[in-house]
Amino acid sequence: MISFVLQRVAQSALVLLVVGLVAFSMFRFVGDPIDNMLGQERTIEDVERLRAQLGLDQPFAVQYYRFLEEAVQGNFGVSYRQGRPVSDILLERAPATLELAAVSGFLAIALGIGLGVFTAIRRNGLWANVIMSASLIGVSLPTFLIGILLIYLFSVELGWLPSFGRGETVRIGNWTTGFLTESGLKALILPAITLGLYQMTLIMRLVRSEMLEVLRQDYIRFARARGLKERAINFRHALKNTLVPVITVTGLQLGSIIAFAIITETVFQWPGVGLLFINAIQFVDIPVMAAYLMLISVMFVGINLIVDLLYFAIDPRLRVDRAGGH
Amino acid sequence: MRVTSFLSAALLLSSTALVSAETLKWARAGDALTLDPHSQNEGPSHTIRHQMYEPLIIRDTTGAFEPALATEWAPKADDPNVWVFKLREGVTFHDGAAFTAEDVVFSFTRAQSTNSDMKELIGSITEVRAVDDYTIEMVTDGPNPILPSNLTNLFIMDKDWTEANNTVNVQDFEGGEITYATTNANGTGPYILQSREPDVKTVMTRNDNYWGIDQFPMEVTEIVYTPIQNAATRVAAMLSGEINFLQDMPVQDLERVNAADGLVVKQAPQNRVIFFGMNQGADDIEADNVDGANPLADVRVRKAMSMAMNRDAIRQVVMRGQSQPAGMIAPPFVNGWTEAMDGESSTDIDGAKALLAEAGYDSGFSIRLDCPNDRYINDEAICQAAVGMLGQIGITVNLDAKPKAQHFPLITDGQTDFYMLGWGVPTYDSEYIFNFLVHGRESDIGTWNGTGFDNDDLDAKIKSLASNTDLEARNADIAAIWRVVQDEQLYIPLHHQVLNWGMGEGVGIEVDPEDQPKVKYITMN
Repeated sequence: MISFVLQRVAQSALVLLVVGLVAFSMFRFVGDPIDNMLGQERTIEDVERLRAQLGLDQPFAVQYYRFLEEAVQGNFGVSYRQGRPVSDILLERAPATLELAAVSGFLAIALGIGLGVFTAIRRNGLWANVIMSASLIGVSLPTFLIGILLIYLFSVELGWLPSFGRGETVRIGNWTTGFLTESGLKALILPAITLGLYQMTLIMRLVRSEMLEVLRQDYIRFARARGLKERAINFRHALKNTLVPVITVTGLQLGSIIAFAIITETVFQWPGVGLLFINAIQFVDIPVMAAYLMLISVMFVGINLIVDLLYFAIDPRLRVDRAGGH
Repeated sequence: MRVTSFLSAALLLSSTALVSAETLKWARAGDALTLDPHSQNEGPSHTIRHQMYEPLIIRDTTGAFEPALATEWAPKADDPNVWVFKLREGVTFHDGAAFTAEDVVFSFTRAQSTNSDMKELIGSITEVRAVDDYTIEMVTDGPNPILPSNLTNLFIMDKDWTEANNTVNVQDFEGGEITYATTNANGTGPYILQSREPDVKTVMTRNDNYWGIDQFPMEVTEIVYTPIQNAATRVAAMLSGEINFLQDMPVQDLERVNAADGLVVKQAPQNRVIFFGMNQGADDIEADNVDGANPLADVRVRKAMSMAMNRDAIRQVVMRGQSQPAGMIAPPFVNGWTEAMDGESSTDIDGAKALLAEAGYDSGFSIRLDCPNDRYINDEAICQAAVGMLGQIGITVNLDAKPKAQHFPLITDGQTDFYMLGWGVPTYDSEYIFNFLVHGRESDIGTWNGTGFDNDDLDAKIKSLASNTDLEARNADIAAIWRVVQDEQLYIPLHHQVLNWGMGEGVGIEVDPEDQPKVKYITMN
């Protein structure tokens, strides 16, 4: 058991190191940050001085090593663009992204499961078919297009909802929240739909197909034969059994909601970490890019590690296999 | 009687305009990088500072000088190395402290310190001294006839405030230092900072104690500034009325905004000219298919390439009318610009072909064009159009378009032979263009001259401009230098960019060629 866990943790650490190495080897191709940092009046001496000061004259392996050295002490360096410590900026931006991800994740799960069950039960009904066809839009349209369409409809044409920003926020300690003001809640609606739509349709289609599978099972038939109420059959017996794969997929999708908030945040000028990352790429803000990529990979590796360990806990066969090997 | 009633009505109107809250909801693509006035010499940062801080002199919307904290300035009668500035009396900073000569001396010292990003602009100043509370003398290391041009973004801070808040030194931006002045401001300007979240929102309110409150409209009582990066979102926010003042308007949406109820787009030529540079200095260049020779070294080839450009077609098709064809690489407000020289470019395909044949390239050649794709308005599309136009005279162009962070190092490191560049002239004087684009490349001059052009006589002439106090002789030199640049076809001028500002109902301001709106000029009705 312990050796399995240790092995998994070691693998995860290795994956992180490789991600960092690949990231650092790519940064040179993004461009030269010096050019953005100094104005057009700079002299060649200024450029060389700054390059040496930032350590950009070193090979990327050395730069990477320095980054790691600092990062393990919790220091991600200073943003080239904003001139502030990266960890401060990330902490400041995290609440916006996490709140957006939480709301769209909630929307995706609640609506996804609800509509999934509905379309499975009424599989031949008119509404179920309408919903199924409409869900194709969610799966196939790119996020930025959905965002722009929503802005066009609800902000420009109808004027109901704001087209950009987070509205008024309330500060609670280090956390800024948009949940407590009217404008903050209004500002959440469009980005949350845009970000959650794909996951919602995914969950809905998954629930529907699992549900259809389960509804064909013998125990459902027996339940019917026993004269149980339809509602009890559908929700207590059938839905419960469809949820295992749904939970697995949802867990992994939550990670990608945070990671792929980049596009939604750009379209809606949502002041979260995704927008920060886009800015960083345009400016070649290496410390911010490095910290963001590491953070996202830590998150994904972490989720996968937990899933692996959960499988180990749930599935006895894994344990038997390992024991048999010795 | 009628006059008095008219007057009182006018007074009533103006007083109601002052009483009612008028919010300027302002958006553009980027935010100020820091509020520290002497850190980061960069457009959007200066724009925000201009609302809260003031320099000695500002430029009005035509580019002419206008007194700000200085009321008069002139070279000292008996010493050409000294400029004398009379300061405005009765001005206070936002915290109530009085503005005096001491603050000017302090601010210049601060702007010349190591961490300052403004020090190159005032590098010629050796001493700033206070003669009395409202007179300043600036000593330069030689006569400097255009010193005032370099002062229009040099903001004045309160000495006591910086001392009290521990921000005497300019923040060490690259080192990640944050000082009180990074996020707070105490200037003499027309607007007072209320709150600021970098990249999210900056709020300012009107300074009712501003010295010029009766001279300028000052009708905006509150400014809410929000950067919006995505162009489509920016326009949507304007159309939905969430913002009423927009910079960085995408050209494809001009019609749309103009057609919308109550919205107007105003335009003016921008202080930025777009052109191609060609490496004429190398014996052989890598980006072409000609072995052992450099076609660009032949002035006939360069002329032919310029003649192949159909600037009107670029204006109509690529720029949707939003450009002004150029014949020289100086924007129209700059000292040294002439209408005649700006009209020297013409399209003549047959003439271009004849010139190419004369130069021995009648079957053409191929070359790579390096182009940015996120810096200038429609930059990549302009380059695509140029590829087709050069194709008409037999020059096959391979276009390599990249983000600006990758494109500009090619020019400064000399790795491109044919490239696009745009240039703005903050000093409004040709010397600035010559220093960076015409003078042979050295470590601190000619840094953006990627053409390999290096003419010692011309270089000497350019250097002498800095200390020539005889303005007439100086202008004659400028004209002579331009003649060489034109005859050599050092660059292929394309066009002057046109600035577009979107304005919501009632918002009125003239477009500033430097893209630096000063909110005190805005009227709201």
